[in-house]
Amino acid sequence: MRKLLLLTTVILVGLVFIARLFYLQVYDNTAYNIFEDNAIRKVYNYPKRGYVYDRNGKLLVANQPSYDVMVIPREVAPLDSLQIEEFCNLLKITREDYDNKLEKATHYSPRLPSPFVPQLSKKDYAVLQEKIRKFEGFYILKRSLRSYQTNIGANVLGDLGEVNRKTIENDAYYTLGDLIGKQGIEKTYEETLRGVKGIKFIQKDRFNKNIGPFKEGTLDTLPQPGKDVTITIDSDLQAYGELLMKHKRGGIVAIDPSSGEILAMVTGPSYNPNLLVGRERNKNFSSLFLDKVNKPTFDRGLQAQYPPGSPFKVINALIGLQENVVTVDEKFTCRMGYYYGSRRLTGCHHHRSPIAMNGGIAQSCNAYFVNVYRRIVDKYDDAGEGMNVWANHAKSFGLGNFLNNDLSVGQPGRIPDGDYYDRQYGDNRWGSTYIVSNAIGQGEVEATPIQLANMVAAIGNRGYYYTPHIIKNIEGETIDSKYTTPKYTTIDKKHFEPVVQGMFDVYNEGTAKHIRIPGIDICGKTGTAENFIKIDSVKTQLTDHSIFVAFAPKDNPKIAIAVFVENGYWGGRFAGKMASLMIEKHIKGHITRTDLEKWILTHSLEDEYKKPYSGEPFKINGESRLQVIENYATEENYPLKNQNQIDVKL
Amino acid sequence: MLRENQRHFKFDWITVILFLLLLGFGYFNIMSASHVGEITSYFDTDQLYGKHLIFIGLTFALIVIILSFEAKFYEQFASVIYLVAMLALIGLFIFGKDVNGARSWYGIGSMTIQPSEFAKFATALAVAKYISDLQTNMTTIKDQLRVAAIIFIPALLILLQNDAGSTIVYLAFFFVFYREGLQQVYLIIALSLIILAVLALKFGILITAIAAAVIITIVYLFRKKKRGAVLQHIIVLIFTVAFSYGVKLFYEHGLKAHQQNRISLWLRLEKDPAKLERMKKVEAYNLIQSEQAISSGGISGKGFLQGTRTTGKFVPEQHTDYIFSTVGEEWGFVGTSFVVILFVLLIVRVLYLAEAQKSQFSRVYGYGVASILFVHFTINIGMVMGLIPTVGIPLPFFSYGGSGLWGFTILLFIFVKLDSNKINEW
Repeated sequence: MRKLLLLTTVILVGLVFIARLFYLQVYDNTAYNIFEDNAIRKVYNYPKRGYVYDRNGKLLVANQPSYDVMVIPREVAPLDSLQIEEFCNLLKITREDYDNKLEKATHYSPRLPSPFVPQLSKKDYAVLQEKIRKFEGFYILKRSLRSYQTNIGANVLGDLGEVNRKTIENDAYYTLGDLIGKQGIEKTYEETLRGVKGIKFIQKDRFNKNIGPFKEGTLDTLPQPGKDVTITIDSDLQAYGELLMKHKRGGIVAIDPSSGEILAMVTGPSYNPNLLVGRERNKNFSSLFLDKVNKPTFDRGLQAQYPPGSPFKVINALIGLQENVVTVDEKFTCRMGYYYGSRRLTGCHHHRSPIAMNGGIAQSCNAYFVNVYRRIVDKYDDAGEGMNVWANHAKSFGLGNFLNNDLSVGQPGRIPDGDYYDRQYGDNRWGSTYIVSNAIGQGEVEATPIQLANMVAAIGNRGYYYTPHIIKNIEGETIDSKYTTPKYTTIDKKHFEPVVQGMFDVYNEGTAKHIRIPGIDICGKTGTAENFIKIDSVKTQLTDHSIFVAFAPKDNPKIAIAVFVENGYWGGRFAGKMASLMIEKHIKGHITRTDLEKWILTHSLEDEYKKPYSGEPFKINGESRLQVIENYATEENYPLKNQNQIDVKL
Repeated sequence: MLRENQRHFKFDWITVILFLLLLGFGYFNIMSASHVGEITSYFDTDQLYGKHLIFIGLTFALIVIILSFEAKFYEQFASVIYLVAMLALIGLFIFGKDVNGARSWYGIGSMTIQPSEFAKFATALAVAKYISDLQTNMTTIKDQLRVAAIIFIPALLILLQNDAGSTIVYLAFFFVFYREGLQQVYLIIALSLIILAVLALKFGILITAIAAAVIITIVYLFRKKKRGAVLQHIIVLIFTVAFSYGVKLFYEHGLKAHQQNRISLWLRLEKDPAKLERMKKVEAYNLIQSEQAISSGGISGKGFLQGTRTTGKFVPEQHTDYIFSTVGEEWGFVGTSFVVILFVLLIVRVLYLAEAQKSQFSRVYGYGVASILFVHFTINIGMVMGLIPTVGIPLPFFSYGGSGLWGFTILLFIFVKLDSNKINEW
């Protein structure tokens, strides 16, 4: 027995050790990940970010170098006051700044680099570069920033910002301090534009000092440069749209119907994209983002869901023909409105009566479309089914749902169906007379300007559209096939011709005859939408929205456009003129209707927008007076083409 | 000629091969743990591993010398060797050199020698010599006290030189004494005291006292001869409580701050999170780095010279006391279990040979060798993995350092010599 004590103890200890080692090395051990190994320093090498060109090859976004002075507080050698003074002079900061910044950096981490003075000018950099060696613990970090070659299209181009923690957790590619596309094309084409950063693995010791490349650098990778992209935007048209939108709120979206390419995407008010580059980015972004009245970061062309108003009537005409509840020639009477029994469900304006489809569209007759709409809904045994059929037709025009395209923001709009009203009123406790507002694009129907532009593109194409998109070409890549496959509506091609003719007559003899462009056959539709807001929880009506949709030319259209001007009153007043001008600009390249242009440029709605916030009673629509600007901007004096000039100060 | 050859092959080659494997594998790990910059040559004497190679070379010379002495020499001169070793330890108080707060080295030119490494085999020889004396009877108190004195002298001298780790090694001789007839009751008492000390520190005196009272009462109830036993049990209980209290007092006042911290970390006694956080950065830094290095090795390790934490020198003292963490990182579970198995095999082999000795001197000495190796192996690897509080002693044949390597080599090869001679002993 005595012989066995040590023997068994030895074997026992051996087993315990192996068990413990098994636990440490095998059981409790996730696969080795070099990125989590804090003995290896990862140094990233950032590639050039891809450039952005417009459809005509004009450079819109490039890069510029930026030089940050960085500090590692622990490595800062003690300096005498003379040296500190010299250093401060080089950096153009005060002694106080120096102390504060150093304290802040030390507070963050004594061992890790912190930005000390970000984004030096090239001149300061040149001087400092020679002398930085004298100041231990400080070094210059070269970064690449965006350089906008234009002052327009902030909503299209978007911007870069520092990646947030949540993204870092979800995407292993990013590390703290990396830049990432935050809005616009920078966001949607982030992976294409950014390229792939290179990485160097460096072995460090426990004092955090580099002691050489890890595994002789065999794991290191080289950066892959980002790819240049060409977008579908025509920067001249975009700039012109932004000029027209000055002093107004709203959106313009222009699409090439033959391809779904977005030619212009204007939102007003907008801002200069250069505001979001460089040292002042965060400050500027906050002031833009926090402006809850003008909402310059809110893209009204993509995100604002407005009642579409009269342009929506053409959809009802098409559905009526497809559902075979109305013929092109059938006439309806209009007694300045639509009457249900003796109750007037909707009003109308003065025009000839009775009226058939062509006149109904050209004169934008409310009564005509309420009749057609009710026939569609009531064709089926119950209104719910009728509404579902109706909604499916409407949705086939890209309404009522996200377009699912390559824009960083968007809204679904709304096309109500039977279920929607069952929820509102209770199952089957409603009928077509409850919901006649949908006939004229009011009521529950909502759409964004881009959806309306796409809708007219589908009409111009007589029954199909391409998903509106912004990418035209990526260096060495083909674009997503979903943008090159047509999407068909549920309306047969033959039904489009009479409706297109009606829209053509809007310009010929209808609500838009004053804004005709000589030499271009435009098909359009005016719209005027009532709207309300709550002021001190009282529902208050504001001046109507001015809406216009159009495509041109009539056959093989080159442009489809939707213009939305908030509180612009009737469709032809602001939106129609702007649409006509945009079409002329796109097709002819120059403006002949300078009278229209001057009117738009000299009339402002800013007073109109101030009314609800003034706290005083105000008048709307015809009773209010339009503000005229004496010293107005034109294409010549508006600094659209001057670089690096901030034109919107907020 | 034939006789010469036979003599040669009588050495136990299994022991020698295990020794060589440990020595060789150790060398590669020292290379990983100690190299600075690129490795240009395996024999770069500017680097620590190059120096260690010289130590290894001298080790082989030493082996030849040890084996060339007659086996009888070691038995005959055991007392003299012990005396010399003790004098060397005493001499440290006059001529010694302070390194890291311990006065354990003689400086000879640029070299240093640590006599405590040599005191181990000397003590083992002395113990073997004393026990194997025909007059000695390990069951008597007189002889027990005398052998205790043999180990107590070097242990005390080393403790006075501030090398508490090496002092603990002398507890190894308990296994020797037990094998040679020390009563069972000592084993029970020793185990009970260890358990009692741990309980007292971990759960406090009150809980320990209650637990002891309950156990002692149960023992009393099951006892057949109850007459007069009550007093006996009460005395045991009082002693238990007094001991617990003594342990607590010793822990709080007798230990140096760093020793107290090591035990506190091991038993997880610190409750204050701020202090614990600080301890993790200071006292437990080695341990945490070493555990991370070991577990980062995974099953098969990162490869020779590829350990990122080893290359970055994240584990302090990695080439000496913490060499096992290099094995863990670069060779993984495969490497670490290989080393553990090598040690277990070596110790078991020595034990087996010791039991086969015909002379009691050789057997006791062999037992001493196995025990000393075992204690080093257990404490060192246990500490590196966090199973045992930090005690700074080297891993035999593995850690960097000349004195340690030579001390262990002499220890082992005297036994190899004794073993090879067992036929001639009659």
